[in-house]
Order: sequence, then C-alpha cells, then structure tokens
Amino acid sequence: MALIEAKGLTKEFRLFRRREGVLGAFRDLFVRDYKTLKAVNGIDFTVEKGEMVGYIGANGAGKSTTIKMLTGILVPTSGTVFVNGFVPYKEREAYTMGIGVVFGQRSQLWWDIAVIESFKLLRRIYNVPKEDFELRLKKFNYLLDLDNFLHLPVRKLSLGQRMRCDLVAALLHNPQILFLDEPTIGLDVLAKARIRDFLKEINKENKTTIILTTHDLGDIEALCSRVAIIDKGIMLYDGQVEDLYRRWGHDKLEDIIKRIYQGDIPELKENAGGVRLA
Amino acid sequence: MREGFALPRTIGAVDMGGRLLNRIILYLELVRMEFVNNLAYRSTYFTGIFNYSIQIGAYYFLWDAIYAGGKVIGGLNREEMITYVIVAWVARSFYFSNLDRRIALEIVEGKIALELIRPYSYQMVKYARAFGEAIFRMLFFAFPAGLMFSVVRPFGLPPDVLSAVLFIIAILGSFAIYAQISMLVGFVVFFTKSTTGIYKAKRIVMDLFSGLLIPITFYPQWAIDIIKLFPFQAVSYLPNMIYLGKATKAGALNIIALQAFWIIVLWIACSLVWRFAVKHVVIQGG
Repeated sequence: MALIEAKGLTKEFRLFRRREGVLGAFRDLFVRDYKTLKAVNGIDFTVEKGEMVGYIGANGAGKSTTIKMLTGILVPTSGTVFVNGFVPYKEREAYTMGIGVVFGQRSQLWWDIAVIESFKLLRRIYNVPKEDFELRLKKFNYLLDLDNFLHLPVRKLSLGQRMRCDLVAALLHNPQILFLDEPTIGLDVLAKARIRDFLKEINKENKTTIILTTHDLGDIEALCSRVAIIDKGIMLYDGQVEDLYRRWGHDKLEDIIKRIYQGDIPELKENAGGVRLA
Repeated sequence: MREGFALPRTIGAVDMGGRLLNRIILYLELVRMEFVNNLAYRSTYFTGIFNYSIQIGAYYFLWDAIYAGGKVIGGLNREEMITYVIVAWVARSFYFSNLDRRIALEIVEGKIALELIRPYSYQMVKYARAFGEAIFRMLFFAFPAGLMFSVVRPFGLPPDVLSAVLFIIAILGSFAIYAQISMLVGFVVFFTKSTTGIYKAKRIVMDLFSGLLIPITFYPQWAIDIIKLFPFQAVSYLPNMIYLGKATKAGALNIIALQAFWIIVLWIACSLVWRFAVKHVVIQGG
C-alpha cells in the first residue's frame, strides 16, 4: 500500500447566501438559502514513501482543503483517504504522531515564549527521547543557523527566521510525512533558497515524504520531480515535471502552468504518476 | 500496514505506563508554562485587583445596609454574609477562567486547525493551561487580596482545620466545573460561528446561579428547586457553605461528591460535543 492513498476525495462546503435588502434580511431569518460548493471534487491521489510532491493551483482551487483532509483537520464529505495506514481524522492522536505540518500563513509556535521552550514542549508532546531531540536540534541548527534567535520569543522573529523555526518544530519528532502549506510565502530569495536546500537535505537523509503547496514555481523547479495541479476542486494534471517540459518543449514552467490553468490539459499517458483527465 | 510507522522509540515498546507518565509530565509542563507566562503580564492583574476591590466594597456596603436591623436572612446573619461576599469573590479569582473566550477565538480565527494536528487531547491542554493561570492568580491575587481584606475589614475564618481543607478541595472542584462549563460555551462557536453575546450570557448565568452575587437560599423556593438541577451552585454557593461551617462534615463530603458527579457529567458532555463539532468543523481562513 502506498503511503498516501486518496480515492474520490471530496469536500463540500455549505455557503449561506444572504439575500439583498431589508426584506431579504427578514427572509434570511426564516428560510436560509444555502449553496453547496465543492472545494475538492473527487480527487485520486497516491504518494509513495520518500516522494516530494508539489501541489499547485490558483487561489481557492482546493489545495489547502486537500491538505487539511490529508492531515485530519477536515473530514471528507465523501471518498476515502489512508495515510500511513490511518484514516487521518479518525485516529487523530496516533496519526499525528507520524506527521509534521507547517502552515506558512500561521505559526504553530507559542507566541510569547522563547523558541527553544516551544521546542522543548514539542519534545514532550511527541515523546521524543532526549538524546534524539538534542541530536536533531544540533543538526537543524547546523543546517538553518538558528543559534542567534533560539532564545527569543517568536513574536520578535523575522518572517524568515520564524519559518525556519516552524520547519524545525514540524521535524523534531522525525515524522514520516511532512505537509507544507505555502512554506515560502513572503520570503526573500535567500531565505527561500535556504529553506529549499534544507528540505532537499531532509528528504535525502531521512527519506521524509514531503507534500508542499505553493504559488512559487521556483519551489517546484528546485524540489519536486512530481507535480499535481488542481483547479476548482478537480485534478488537472498529476505527473512528472519533466513530462510537462517534454510536452511543451522547454518553455518556462510558469507559462506551461498558465496554459494548464486556462484549460489546455496535456494528454500524456505513459508517465509514472498517471495523468488523470477531468 | 503500520510497520513502517516512525514512532519515537519510547512508545514503540507498548509501554503504557511510561506513555501515561509522559502525558502527565506534558500537562504539568503546560501548567508551569502558563504560570511563567502570566508572570510576564503581571500588570493586568493589578487592574484586576482594583476591580475586585470595588466589587467587594460595593457588595459589602449593600449587604451592610440590608442587614441594618441585625436580622438573619436566608440562614445567614450579618457577619456571615460579609464573610460570604469576601470569600466568594476571593475564591472566584482562583477558579475563574476565560477558556470560553480563548476557545471561541481559536475557532473563529481558524487556529484550532493547529491544535488538531497535535497528538494530544485538546481539552486536557486547555485545562492544564487554565490551571497554570489559576495557580498564578491564587498566589498573586487571591491570597494577597484575602490578606488585604482581612486587615481592612476582618472576616470570619473556617470553624476548624477540616472545614478549611474541605473548602480547598471544593474550590478545586469549582475550578474544574467552571472550566468545563466555559469549554462548552466556547464550543458553541463551532455552531454559531460568531461570539456575540455568548460570553456575557455565560457570565450572567454563572454569577447569578452560582451564588456569587446572592446566596442561593435568598431565591424563592421554586427558583431554588430549579437551580439545584444545574451544576452552577456547586461552583460558589456550596463551597462557601463549607467555609462558613454551615455544612456538616457529611454535608461537606456530599457537596464534594456532587461536584465529582457534575465533573463527570460535564466531561462526558464536553467529549460528545467536541467529537461532534470536530467532525463537522469548518476551519475558517487559510
């Protein structure tokens, strides 16, 4: 069985549509008008151990919703999902022991306490043996140069520093799978490069499977051999980045992705990931 | 299916005892952390002490006037009533928690997502942190305030050591019940998606029916009968009765048993609501 296996994964949200005007507001009190939105619509998705998959899509395409279902935060409306042998939302405490998650938009560290205190607390939360913890911290420190701000509270860190700390926080328990939701958002080029190098190293060294969403195609070019593209909840492409180049010649990846968003779906059959046409 | 699962070594060995110990250390660690955190924000507590002094002062004068004739109302004489007011408010400074506000905020802002990816019990973490804050308030607030009042306006002490001990146990129960009710109130936001009015409603209900503002015996009989069906009176009124020596030893133990009963009922209620809410949760934003 693959490490991540999703079949027909679907998430619907019910949106409450407000009517216009005073009369409309009164009617809303009694009869509510709901609209169903399919944020993710029947996605099939398989990831093998050690893979690094880029997951891209326009704003509101359903990337974050998918990640939230894979991490067990959201319960799918229909479809099945197995990660690491667990149904994520069902056995939450056991499942989350084996994953690490970074949301680029919000820090998971405790705002007011020193970074190192957050790490120590995480050691307790994940039952990490002291010697393992110290070894890993030393290595991460070497790779990400944390020394200067390890004793500062998170609220005093720059965005780049904060992101480095968040990555460390997600990896202290050496998870099998790392989910990254826009890990490079808002970072300068140097900070981005540093984080990419770090992720490559982690993937190579620990065979950590990494799933990342991003709007920066530089992340994909630097890290992922495989890319999944989603739009309006539907998987448009899932396959090797290399195949995209082969199909369109050596265009810039950005141009290729633009074409796919605009409906020009590649028809590749022979690649490993398996292309799925909507 | 799970052989490849990278669990840290400590739990790999199905060491349930060790795992439990680890959890307990984690929750104690959270208690400590919250305590230390609060030390950094001492200034809010000075304004808090000021607020409480005004509250207690106002109620002191009110009850003093009501008791002008020196009669006994609702089973309490004037001295007992003044002790009741001071003890009720000082105790409140310990058992009070704003868990409802914190939880509601986490839900509204979508921060709850970050709690769902952690291998711990969300509720236990919240209780642990609230308890850290409560210990802080006990040391830096309840004790000094109580001491200060006893200088300005001496009030009665528990009749004997046993009553004092039972009172302290009961106040821990008050903390648990208050925290659990707050937890439930916070969870309401899962369904309403907005926080308007909820905190206020909880506060008014708690203050009125817990006996903080008026001892329960002051209500008409039909109201007392209704209030007795709820856990509120176990938060303030009943522990105060132990303090005042109004409950016999058996009565005091009954009160603590009643608290234990409510803690279990509320625990079940919180777990059910949590389980239901998380399944239907919509994480807002991001």
